[in-house]
Amino acid sequence: MSVPSPAPGPAADEGLARRLRALACTAPLHDLDTRKANLAGEYSTYEMAELALAAIDLVTLQMDFDTGADHDQIVAKLLPRVAAQAPARDAAEHERVARWVLENMINVGSVDRGFRAVYGTFGPDGSYVRRDYDFKLIEEVPGPGGSVYLRTTDEAVNVLVGALDTDVTSAQIAAEVKLEVLISRGRLADAQLAAEQARYRTVQYAETLRRTLEATRRDVRAVDWLSAVPDMINEALDHVADRYRHENAILTNIRKARDEAASERGPDHKRRAAELVDIVKDCIRRHTQLQSRLLEAGPLFRAEQDRQSFAPPAARAGLDLYGQLLAPVLPLPLEQAARVTDAFFARGTGLRTPGALRLGDLTDMLLTPPAPREHLGAEMPEPDLVATPDDSRFSEEQLAVAMELLELPPDAPRRLSGLLAEARRRDPDLPYLIALLAVHAASPPVGTAYRQGEERLLFAVDDGTPLDDEEFGGADLIVGTALLDAAGMAADRTEAA
Amino acid sequence: MTDFAPEPDPDDGFGNESSAPSAPQVTPADAADAARLVSFGLHPKLAPARDAEYTELLRRYREEPAFARLADAVATGLGLVVLEVSTRTGMALAAAEDSVFAVRMGDYARRAGADSTDRFLHGLAHLACAAMAFPRPEDLADDGYIGRITVNGVDSFVRQACRKLEERAEAAGENTDPATEAPGLEAAWRVYARRSSTGATKDARRLAGSTTGIIAKAVAFLADSGFLQRTGDEAGGTYRTTARYQLQVRDMAGSAAMAELLELGVVPVSDGTASLLPPPDGDDLEPAPDAGLPFHS
Repeated sequence: MSVPSPAPGPAADEGLARRLRALACTAPLHDLDTRKANLAGEYSTYEMAELALAAIDLVTLQMDFDTGADHDQIVAKLLPRVAAQAPARDAAEHERVARWVLENMINVGSVDRGFRAVYGTFGPDGSYVRRDYDFKLIEEVPGPGGSVYLRTTDEAVNVLVGALDTDVTSAQIAAEVKLEVLISRGRLADAQLAAEQARYRTVQYAETLRRTLEATRRDVRAVDWLSAVPDMINEALDHVADRYRHENAILTNIRKARDEAASERGPDHKRRAAELVDIVKDCIRRHTQLQSRLLEAGPLFRAEQDRQSFAPPAARAGLDLYGQLLAPVLPLPLEQAARVTDAFFARGTGLRTPGALRLGDLTDMLLTPPAPREHLGAEMPEPDLVATPDDSRFSEEQLAVAMELLELPPDAPRRLSGLLAEARRRDPDLPYLIALLAVHAASPPVGTAYRQGEERLLFAVDDGTPLDDEEFGGADLIVGTALLDAAGMAADRTEAA
Repeated sequence: MTDFAPEPDPDDGFGNESSAPSAPQVTPADAADAARLVSFGLHPKLAPARDAEYTELLRRYREEPAFARLADAVATGLGLVVLEVSTRTGMALAAAEDSVFAVRMGDYARRAGADSTDRFLHGLAHLACAAMAFPRPEDLADDGYIGRITVNGVDSFVRQACRKLEERAEAAGENTDPATEAPGLEAAWRVYARRSSTGATKDARRLAGSTTGIIAKAVAFLADSGFLQRTGDEAGGTYRTTARYQLQVRDMAGSAAMAELLELGVVPVSDGTASLLPPPDGDDLEPAPDAGLPFHS
């Protein structure tokens, strides 16, 4: 008795399986919105899926060559959006929500820290098989110094970008061509979307390369160094150069669009163009980084080759642990593979001497009072301090008066001559200090003060007027106070960090 | 580096001649000394060069065949296998199967006793550490070789191997998602790839269930066994191998695992050339898809 095959064919079934898997990737996001009702507290005002997608966006954009995104930073960047959804709630709740979303994207509760979806396919013999699909959206990777960083997985990037089941390189080219067309037609809103997509692709591309380079550092013989590697490095470098040219061209175009846009289309258009410039700049930065990695590849291979290939051969051959054991074990089914690893474990861990305990000793040990600590270290000798004579030219009070004199309002700078005269009325010694401070302010370290977050800075300018004074000669400087944008600087700094 | 001690001398002519007559007369004091030597061997971190008594007993073992046989007998009686006796390794002992000295998986990691997935991952961690410590057959054979491994290095190495298998399965159009009701049939590499490599914990310690956590446990255990020496904290912890580890892997673990593999009907091909390459595939000179640099996929 033959049962007609219920599936239209393996190819269609495979396509279905692929779509089911893509669908599964979105499930954790929807799941958040269904589960928010179960949380202790009134959380239904928050749009959890939106927050989750924003979190994935943030992590993707923070992913760099060496590290990923920092956990706390992502939470901090997510907070404004959380706060906007429920402005009436307190900040502690906002943070709790942001953390909950991020932790659920990592799926902290499960041992694999991932998700699992079940779907069914028809086997070649027409039998229906349920299968487990395991995936992650945000994964935790070790960073330098034992820290933990976040990265988005390929699944997450693909869900985010829109199920692009295509080659990285070609997708990038397509996105850029689209971008150029959009810009030339003046449709900047769409252009921004395309630029962001191009950036996601760039990040994904860099990630693939980083992994490959890491692999080659470990194992030089896994690489055809004779022809394939140099060819490929050149190809990759050409690619970077090409992208670089391309993106610079785009940058020039958008800059033009940005500057021209202001007059005819309004501020929104200008802002969009400015954002676009930032995105493309970021793409260029990532390509430059990629290029420097590529240039390091050659010397790295040669050094590894020296170390591994040009040593005198050993007299006897040993067991090839990777090629003959590890590599054949990995494709085996779990049950069989575990037998091999069990055998290795049983013989490879060495020995442990079992503890032999006497009840008498144990009681003694437990009943012995802890030995009092006798030594807290040697006693510190009293330091012998010698008072140094105060040989300052000016006293603290004089400095205070001088600073008060120089406390000028930002909109009313003064001549040095006037300041000196006023100082002389207060204290005959003070003009020297004022002159000194004014000269010091002639070329103030603006950059340093800005970086240190100073709000105001004393400056002095020479406009050519000679100084007419009984004690001092030179230029009659204009002394004033400049206000620095400390708040803007602080914002810049957190963004750069 | 070059002055390591010679291999334990086999009984060549002159040794036999001189000590043969004294062989039958074994005194209780000799037995005590032999047992003492074995007890030194049970302290794997004890370096022979640092203990005069240990050094002296090792000399006796090498020079008096009768004493050597006695010490071997004591070890065998306790359920121990003598791997090597030299000033380089000291008395290198391994636990025989079912000996009280053997390490059991259930004692090693509580979770691994019940969960076959964890059991496999812990075993694989040990295998991967050895493979990274001795990447080439020559390294395992060369007595002077000292391997260096890091926790993160081992993890990314196995992950890379898993990724290659994933790419290959993908290229072959295989559906590697396991059937729901038969988790034991899931391919081993998938189990590893699925487990997260690290994770944030509340107390900033390593997540024990993550792959780096499992590998860190393995190397810490090996260091306790006198097989590895910790040299630094970079990359999750860096270690170098000791002569004992090389012996243990070469003479015990490697062959045992290999025998098990052969019993499963998997015959790894070896043409004698140095290769950390994945098994040859012929047409895998093509660059891996999406890769900027080629490596055999």
